[in-house]
Amino acid sequence: MNEKTMKHIITALVTNRSGVLTRISGLFARRGYNIDSLSVCNTNNPDMSRMTIVALGTDDEINQIVRQLDKLWDCHKIRVLKPNECVKRELLLIKVSVPAEKRPEVESTANMMKVKFIDVGASSVTCEMTGEPNKIDKFIELMQPYGILELARTGITALSRGEEILDDLTDYNEEISR
Amino acid sequence: MKLKGAQIIVKCIEEQGIDTVYGYPGGTILDIFDALYEERDRLTQILTCHEQGACHAADGYARATGKTGVVIATSGPGATNLVTGIATAYMDSVPLVAITGNVGRSMLGRDSFQEVDITGITIPITKHNFMVKNPDELVSTLRKAFFIASTGRPGPVLVDVPKDVQQTMLDYEPAEPVRSKPYFSENKHVENAISLINEAKRPILYVGGGCIASGASDALVAFSEKLNAPVTASTMGLGCFPASHPNYLGLIGMHGMSNVAEAMQKADLIIAVGCRFDDRVAGDRTCFCPNAKKVHIDIDLAELGKNVSPDVGVLSDARLALEAMLPRVDAKKDTAWISECRDRKAHDFLLGSDGKLCPIRIIKAVQRLGDPEKVIATDVGQHQMWVAQAYEFERPRKFISSCGLGTMGYGMGASIGACMGSGKQTVLFTGDGSFHMNFNEVVTAAKLGLDITVVIMDNHTLGMVRQWQTLFYNRHYSSTDINYPTDFVKLAEALGEKGFRLERNEDIDKVIGEAFATKGVKLIDCIIDKDEFVLPMIPPGKNFDAILATKPVIK
Repeated sequence: MNEKTMKHIITALVTNRSGVLTRISGLFARRGYNIDSLSVCNTNNPDMSRMTIVALGTDDEINQIVRQLDKLWDCHKIRVLKPNECVKRELLLIKVSVPAEKRPEVESTANMMKVKFIDVGASSVTCEMTGEPNKIDKFIELMQPYGILELARTGITALSRGEEILDDLTDYNEEISR
Repeated sequence: MKLKGAQIIVKCIEEQGIDTVYGYPGGTILDIFDALYEERDRLTQILTCHEQGACHAADGYARATGKTGVVIATSGPGATNLVTGIATAYMDSVPLVAITGNVGRSMLGRDSFQEVDITGITIPITKHNFMVKNPDELVSTLRKAFFIASTGRPGPVLVDVPKDVQQTMLDYEPAEPVRSKPYFSENKHVENAISLINEAKRPILYVGGGCIASGASDALVAFSEKLNAPVTASTMGLGCFPASHPNYLGLIGMHGMSNVAEAMQKADLIIAVGCRFDDRVAGDRTCFCPNAKKVHIDIDLAELGKNVSPDVGVLSDARLALEAMLPRVDAKKDTAWISECRDRKAHDFLLGSDGKLCPIRIIKAVQRLGDPEKVIATDVGQHQMWVAQAYEFERPRKFISSCGLGTMGYGMGASIGACMGSGKQTVLFTGDGSFHMNFNEVVTAAKLGLDITVVIMDNHTLGMVRQWQTLFYNRHYSSTDINYPTDFVKLAEALGEKGFRLERNEDIDKVIGEAFATKGVKLIDCIIDKDEFVLPMIPPGKNFDAILATKPVIK
């Protein structure tokens, strides 16, 4: 058990129905846990949504919140993803103030980091980047000197590596009690 | 067969074997009340004076019977009036289904008359809740609601049904209620728990509401006897272990007995069964009995390690875990530990040697007189703690009290449900503060002719708050000297019932005996002193070593 406060990635399959997001996020709020990022999407099963939640806490705290989440009737499967046993990505859209003469300079940085230009204005460019969150942080840092006009990032979405499928796993509480 | 949505709702309640529902009608629930009228020979419908009272009554019914309580209310204020009752049931894991009406689907979200988002409001205080927007899901939703309320760790579920859904004609086929099997899994944690128990020299059982919900009483007695382990109960656990058993030490917690505090400090193993190390038990959860190992058995995984981290956590139904472990734990031949605990069983009640009317003596008299199977309900405050300390509960489901939420005003409604559900003589202990919150429901009890004796510990003050103000707030009695002018004897008479006034210790048996011999609702106004204390007391945030056994001298 790690007593340090760290970022943890929680992945969950939840009922695809209005109001479920409130139940999940509300539980974090009222039990005093912070959500760093949260992304929700449809899945190959129309009855289920996948939520990827990044939360800050010690191992004990995250364990407690996962147990509380697992009690929600709308939360079907839930796991904490181990950092080196999952693939995680985030999407960034960033609009940077770039006069025409500086565009090549930005373009070469972008190319090096596999960032695409998706819109160009008279004095701005909008880039798209997909990657691990720390790479995205790095790119944002590099764009800082030009002047960031606005940005949007999706928060992490993640899947476990290998053949393991969340839907096929046993219930969290059953696994814990083995 | 085709039926109206409202009729189906009533059928679904009947399917569950429930004979009584509590509620209050209103605009958006009229169809359900119309269906209840048709079914009045099969399903008793109790009208209270206020929805909160109805919700507490359904809760009291559930606690006294073990069945799921049902409360029905209209939209808007009807629904919001249930909130305190639902939260009370949630904190004490009481199976309850609340059915509310709402405005028709086309009116939802428009701030229509008496519209409120009750599912939104009750998310944090229900196990789950539903709004039935698709009529085809009505039947399955109701059955699911009853299943969720009673399965695993029980709790309240709310179903919100828009008026036009209640009016839709739908298919209905009767079905047997689905019950979940109690959960137990043979695993390494069970093994570990058994080895800790077998290694322990001085084990103690700390038992809670989970033992009552799972019906673990017999298993507990056998377990305690085999281990020679003393037993202490939280307020929720009172009655699951017979108080007359020599291994029983008494109540644990802020107002627990000093012998319990001593035993907890000396124990080398705490076997916590169906309880949750609430802050009223583990004042400082970071250093709760640091020298003892802990085995925690609970049906709710999130409870294992939530407040106090156990050495071994067993996710299981309390009864099944005890039954599975019983044959595998070693019988303890050594009786030194249990005799030591028994020796200390000199309970430190304040027996009012000063000649003033003594609350503990009143409680003891109530226990001695009347039906031995009677049910005791309480409100919240000093009287509640005195009852929890002094009344010797022999059986589960006899102590009906708001323990987790501490809802003043709970008792009167709850005693109605408990009395009807158990069919036994019922005594409500209350204080003049708590009683004033919801004494409207005395009217309901009187109308129903229920055998409820209301014992009011009347000190003209909010006694528990006053006790804290005396101890921790420099005796600034801010808003505690309530001094309501209510004459409880006349109040009883106004309802055509009998009222008594009790002022002297010598009269206790006579007055209570007389009240018990009287039919219907009885009020006994017991004039007690403002400065009676509930002792022992562990100051908030502290642990057993900080116990105050006697009244401190306050300058």
